Amino acid sequence: MGELEIEKHTQFITSIEKKKDFDSMVMEHLRMSGAYWGLTALDLMGKLDAVDREEVVSWVLQCQHDRGGFSGNIGHDPHILYTLSAVQILALLDKLDAIDADKISAYIEGLQQEDGSFAGDEWGEIDTRFSYCAVCCLSILRRLDKIDVGKAISYVASCKNFDGGFGCTPGGESHSGQIFCCVSALAISGALTHVDRDLLGWWLCERQVKSGGLNGRPEKLADVCYSWWVLSSLTIIDRVHWIDKEKLKTFILDCQDKEHGGISDRPDDAVDVFHTFFGIAGLSLLEYPGLKPLDPAYALPVHVVDRLIFGQPHKQQP
Amino acid sequence: MSSSEDDEEEVRVPLSQRQEWSDVEPIPQDDGPDPVVSIAYTDEFRETMDYFRAVFAADERSTRALELTAEVIDLNAGNYTVWHFRRLILESLQSDLQEEIKFIELVANKATYKNYQIWHHRRWVAEKLGTIATTSELQFTQKVLCLDAKNYHAWSHRQWALQALGGWENELEYCRELLEVDIFNNSAWNQRYFVITKSPFLGGLQAMRDSEVSFCTNAITKNPDNESPWRYLRGLYKGNNEAFVNDPAISKVCICVLEKNRNCVFALSLLLDLLCYGFQPTPDLNRILSTWGFSGSDQKYANFVCLILEKVDPMRARYWIWRRDSLPSHIC
Ligand SMILES: [Zn+2]
Repeated sequence: MGELEIEKHTQFITSIEKKKDFDSMVMEHLRMSGAYWGLTALDLMGKLDAVDREEVVSWVLQCQHDRGGFSGNIGHDPHILYTLSAVQILALLDKLDAIDADKISAYIEGLQQEDGSFAGDEWGEIDTRFSYCAVCCLSILRRLDKIDVGKAISYVASCKNFDGGFGCTPGGESHSGQIFCCVSALAISGALTHVDRDLLGWWLCERQVKSGGLNGRPEKLADVCYSWWVLSSLTIIDRVHWIDKEKLKTFILDCQDKEHGGISDRPDDAVDVFHTFFGIAGLSLLEYPGLKPLDPAYALPVHVVDRLIFGQPHKQQP
Repeated sequence: MSSSEDDEEEVRVPLSQRQEWSDVEPIPQDDGPDPVVSIAYTDEFRETMDYFRAVFAADERSTRALELTAEVIDLNAGNYTVWHFRRLILESLQSDLQEEIKFIELVANKATYKNYQIWHHRRWVAEKLGTIATTSELQFTQKVLCLDAKNYHAWSHRQWALQALGGWENELEYCRELLEVDIFNNSAWNQRYFVITKSPFLGGLQAMRDSEVSFCTNAITKNPDNESPWRYLRGLYKGNNEAFVNDPAISKVCICVLEKNRNCVFALSLLLDLLCYGFQPTPDLNRILSTWGFSGSDQKYANFVCLILEKVDPMRARYWIWRRDSLPSHIC
């Protein structure tokens, strides 16, 4: 299966920003998330020094809007997805003092609906992904009390299905990505009692297929990003030993472009920064040697979460 | 409609050479030095974006701006800011939203049905149109699901349309049709559960249980390796383990499948659940387990089933070991 090509992946990630091809233009509007994926992956590999922190911070700050939210890039509209990415980046770089946390909190507070759910932006799209963004972001900012956490929890809980999984809205099909969002949101807000750990754990471990990779839903193909969502959810509910970790490790390592760096969704596909991050993040949760540990719910390195949330080193979450 | 679209592709006039845009100063993107252009059509992309930035900055809500958003969307349907701005223009111009529905179909056909922005925009339009959009939304999602029966956005949109606009009447039949095409389609099974629990016409889970158990056990018998109906069956009895274990149809399908394939993980796992809920072994079960060398005297049935599962499903052996370690004490 080979080793994790840390040097090559570092090179791949740091070269993305310099590229100006068609793909990078199409991705231009979600540059904030791209930056979060790339920077977090670099930190996990101990390579964050490969980027100019000041430059990143000044660009992130330029993406903040008067209403408090951040956009995916300069010249775009604010959205909760990019607001979380921006806050995660600043947390990672230990630059949270550069922003007005109250303003961001007010923006997020304004997105909460009567039923406890969250809209992604002023246009009102509702999705449990946004519940996660809201809870995670406010927790990082230590301002969870700005929203109605009880209602937020009960909305997420209302999206639980008979198979133990969660969907995007009540009744929506269980999907690993949505499960990560819901389980993490519940974990961060101290409401994991709403998760049927054994039932969900079994559904999640059924996602592992012969190749060792994990899929997002029954009968779908294994994929590095879904592997992360399943793995992090299993880690949060303390059921990760129910899958074959060695096989998953092999699957992720097989998705590397060993020549040019980067990780793809499946072996031999084209690499991108999204799957590169999720591959490295997955390996970190699998305790791959040489990688820093990652917090499964905040999707930030443990040392960052320790500093921010707990103010001191803490044990791995139960 | 498609021919004019083709024509436009062939003879696209750069915005800088169009009379109606001569008064606009394009705004280039400001992130760094001059890029190396590697793909031919990036020039068009760049120019269109530059003009878009200009009208966006000027908050120009005009017909030409609306047309320009269509050009940007045509090049990159994932750009959420353009969709936002398009909605502002549609509102300001009080545009005909039936036309907008047509536009969305055109874009969705060209781009991808896995694009969040397209679906979000569609929802916005349908919400404004109200119940006159019921049929169009059900038809649109049906068309998309015809191409990709597990499209998460399409299912999500359809569930929203049913709840907000109605049209539940044929939904159970629609689920049946989809499952007839592909019995492994987990999304269709999920939709089926959604319908029997939420449809205002069917009387709810209790009322539907017997007929659903029969539909589900039929599906299991035809394809025992299909994860979805096994979970669905449990869902039908969610929170009512006693009724679950007392429904003879449940243990029957389990035994039937094991008669033909004693290695079937899903059947063994259901058997384990039944035993955990207090199921009393039958002669049929004894016969099946005896083929695995079970004598019935030295250990619990459930314990033995766990040992089989550890063997036939080695990837999840740790799960089955945990199940074995946590067996209730009072069961067989
Ligand atoms: Zn993926």
